Amino acid sequence: MSGALWEILAIAVLASVACALVGVFLVLRRLAMLSDAISHAILPGIVLAYFATKDLNSPWLVLAAAATGVLTVGAVEALARTRRLKEDAAMGIVFPALFSLGVVLITRFAGHVHLDVDSVLLGELAFAPFDRMILGGHDVGARGLWLMGGVALLNASAIAAFYKELKLATFDAGLAASLGLAPAVIHYGLMGLVSVTAVSAFDAVGLVLVVALMIGPAAAASLLTDRLAVMLLLAAGLGAVSAAGGFVLAWALDASIAGAMAVGVGVMFALVFLAAPRRGLLATLLRRRRQRLEFAAVMLAIHLAQHEGTADEDEESRVEHLQGSHVGWTPRFTARVVDFALDREWIGRDGGRLHLTEAGRNEAGRALSGLGRRFAADLGAGI
Amino acid sequence: MTLLAELVTDYTLRTVSLGSAALGAVAGMLGAFAVLRRQSLLGDAVSHAALPGIVLAFVVTGAKTPLALVVGAALAGWAAALLVMLVVRTTRIKIDTALGLVLSVFFGLGLLLLSVVQRHAGAAQAGLDSFLFGQAAALVGDDLRTMAVLGAVVVAGLLLLWKEFKLLSFDPGFAGALGLPVRGLDVALTTLLVVAIVIGLQTVGVVLMSAVIVAPAAAARQWTDRLGRLVLLAGAFGAASGLIGALVSSSVERLPTGPTIVLTLTLLTLASLLFAPRRGLLAARVRRLRQRRRVAVDSVLADLYRLASQHDDPTRAPHAPDVLRAMRDGAGTGRGLELLAERGLAAREADGRWSLTPAGVDAGRRLLDGDAEAGA
Amino acid sequence: MNAPADACAVQVTDLTVAYHERPVLWDIDLDVPAGKLMAVLGPNGAGKTTLIKAILGLVPTAAGDVRIHGGAYAENRRLVGYVPQRGSVDWDFPTTVLDVVMMGRYGALGWFRRPGRREREQALAALEKVGMADFRDRQISQLSGGQQQRVFLARALVQDARVYFMDEPFQGVDARTERAIIDLLKELREKGRTVLVVHHDLQTVAEYFDWVLLLNVRRIACGPVETTFTDENLRLAYGGRVEFLQRKAPADPAPDDGRTPGFGFQGRIRP
Repeated sequence: MSGALWEILAIAVLASVACALVGVFLVLRRLAMLSDAISHAILPGIVLAYFATKDLNSPWLVLAAAATGVLTVGAVEALARTRRLKEDAAMGIVFPALFSLGVVLITRFAGHVHLDVDSVLLGELAFAPFDRMILGGHDVGARGLWLMGGVALLNASAIAAFYKELKLATFDAGLAASLGLAPAVIHYGLMGLVSVTAVSAFDAVGLVLVVALMIGPAAAASLLTDRLAVMLLLAAGLGAVSAAGGFVLAWALDASIAGAMAVGVGVMFALVFLAAPRRGLLATLLRRRRQRLEFAAVMLAIHLAQHEGTADEDEESRVEHLQGSHVGWTPRFTARVVDFALDREWIGRDGGRLHLTEAGRNEAGRALSGLGRRFAADLGAGI
Repeated sequence: MTLLAELVTDYTLRTVSLGSAALGAVAGMLGAFAVLRRQSLLGDAVSHAALPGIVLAFVVTGAKTPLALVVGAALAGWAAALLVMLVVRTTRIKIDTALGLVLSVFFGLGLLLLSVVQRHAGAAQAGLDSFLFGQAAALVGDDLRTMAVLGAVVVAGLLLLWKEFKLLSFDPGFAGALGLPVRGLDVALTTLLVVAIVIGLQTVGVVLMSAVIVAPAAAARQWTDRLGRLVLLAGAFGAASGLIGALVSSSVERLPTGPTIVLTLTLLTLASLLFAPRRGLLAARVRRLRQRRRVAVDSVLADLYRLASQHDDPTRAPHAPDVLRAMRDGAGTGRGLELLAERGLAAREADGRWSLTPAGVDAGRRLLDGDAEAGA
Repeated sequence: MNAPADACAVQVTDLTVAYHERPVLWDIDLDVPAGKLMAVLGPNGAGKTTLIKAILGLVPTAAGDVRIHGGAYAENRRLVGYVPQRGSVDWDFPTTVLDVVMMGRYGALGWFRRPGRREREQALAALEKVGMADFRDRQISQLSGGQQQRVFLARALVQDARVYFMDEPFQGVDARTERAIIDLLKELREKGRTVLVVHHDLQTVAEYFDWVLLLNVRRIACGPVETTFTDENLRLAYGGRVEFLQRKAPADPAPDDGRTPGFGFQGRIRP
């Protein structure tokens, strides 16, 4: 593989790492759609900065666009605060409007420059190696490499430096505020990082991929771990893998690199979604099947315990009764449940009637203690 | 005037106008329900996700027949919605993450397919990328017919199940208790939304269609509090913006339709937010100012009256403004006095002190008596 | 306990609701005689709202059977009226008070038919009963908490049911509205209707209700207030641990403070 191709791959991987790092916080704070929004909103900022500086490589571009991103997030929140419309509607209007403005500016006034709409969406990774960075007369590599590397480093450093604050503000905003950690500052700082990342990556990989790289690896990582530090590392790693995989796909199909990488993210997520050890779909289905039998046996124990010593104990402890009132308890399933419970010595059987053993009664009591509140969180206030 | 005349005579212009107005109307009407059910982002995801469906439909049928593309778009959009639901229901991933993920991956897939097709299919695919930002000028009679039929079906569905959809959007729990098939109705309404979206994709493009769904309803909500009127008004706003946007973009060079329509809608929405009579922000501000004035006037009047009534002749009991300021902590005293003077309730003496006029004394008495009665 | 079927307004057998194999309601048995005003009590997370939703078929059940006046719920739906929690809807929805109340007739109207004059009159009558007739054209976002609750109540009244299920109807309403609601409920009882109310305020149980269900994931006790609303049962329901294994006589009875028999606790119990 030629040097240029290596550079492209390196830029892509660095971009994915940079995006994944900020993406983790967006996903955790339920702000995933802001990645989409900010990517759209920075366009007019970039275009106007370009008009002012006439230089696509100007650092002002990055700053101006980043500022646009942060300002528009503030604007949307202000709009939602008027309570005339909800937040999702505000987002659905402001960001497309800004993006439309950007597109109009480009097609009307900048059509002759290579700032065109396709590159906006897809980036120009294929052309990245042609854009060199010259330092003191030496060619030190593709500009994109330096830019994405710098941003990746920036994100990593910022997160490392403010790790405790970010962690607290993300998981317990109330506590963070009471400790004087100003969640609003952290929030807008994060938005700033997202904007800078989006602008930098925009040139290389386009808007679509920025969104996919911010959300996909972070979402996949959330299915693999509960710990923030691990999640950050995993997201960066998964992002890099998706980028590399997509790169190969694009090379094989001779197609858009950014599009292929977005598909790479999708494939990576699908694999994790299915195969993740505890939270993956397959693992969950298997676990539920295993649990169903045990759950049913516990239900049986509790049922018997509830009716112990009552007038209708005789009727309630008959096997037929269980089949009648319990949903999905076919005679075959009931037999399996009874066998399971007999096996564990939770119940004893004489004739058509079942009775609880001491062990069974304990099991029932154990299952019931600490219930209620523990599961209230799952169902929210509707209990 | 010539534009209107051309509207009748020029086939292209007529087609473009009717098509855009129709899609704007349908999108606006369904959009009202999407906004009320907080499905704005879902609309965004469905629009973006339609792209691979469009390209695949082209690949499969080998041509760009409107119906085929619409079906492809709808299937892809539906697949996206289903995937989002699947991910949310089976994992702890939240809906915003799922939407963003599906949106970007599907869209990326669409761009990938598009790039492959462009390389291999030659001229036949020209214009497929107009689905990104829309091209109203490319509308032809066939497209219009498809849009009209589908649009009519969508609106008919809406009217037929109006009360069910209304209840579903407001209180699905109660709807379920009444025995309404909540899941089925949800699917039906979402399907109508998907169809409304795909009708407009050729004109507005996938990237911006979601704004055409959301903005008309957001604007209309500022003008009315009734669901029926909201939906009609949203349809009207959508139609008007679609029409204006399409006409402008057809007449000006290098101006894609999607962004033009969106900018029109945005201006309309901003205007509604600011200037609508009751809910508008301007109207609210005026109300607040009026209320502040009234409070200022009343409190200064009350203070003057209390001071004056301690004298034998309340009309000859001037007091310095500073005394009044001290009573009320200063706020608005000066303005209050001026407003009282305007209404002839108080007068300024030569030495700068203020006293009540006879009318002012009456007003003051009524104010304090009224307060006493109300137990204030 | 085994009342004849039709005199039993609500009969629940073995009701179990689980969410992802985690139980929320276990093995609930319930026989509510007709004409009772019943409170459903229990700590947060006890499954009170879930019980209502399970009876009404709004959540899937792992086990159990529900009969309303002897028939399956699906068949006897028209006998049931429902007042959900006030917080379960977005009150910024563009609709009027009258409109919301008319929604109570949608079930009876069937598909495709529009509400007409008859439905309008029924709705107005219901609004009169709750004292909200003057507000009929008011936008619902302009209502106070108590007014919103009355609108929900009117919507249930318009269903003209024999059994009413209400979820925390007294939550966050002013004293006047609370009085009005309880008077209305008592009136319903006079007419032989049955009312099940998820209630949160232990102070008012004995005053408002004649039947009570104590719930904490499983049924603790159910019966007339006098015999069921006791210290022991409250302790079982609200205590930190479930003392379900001890079927002995209750410990030292709580000191008699001369008030309602058995009501020894002041105010709410904190789990």
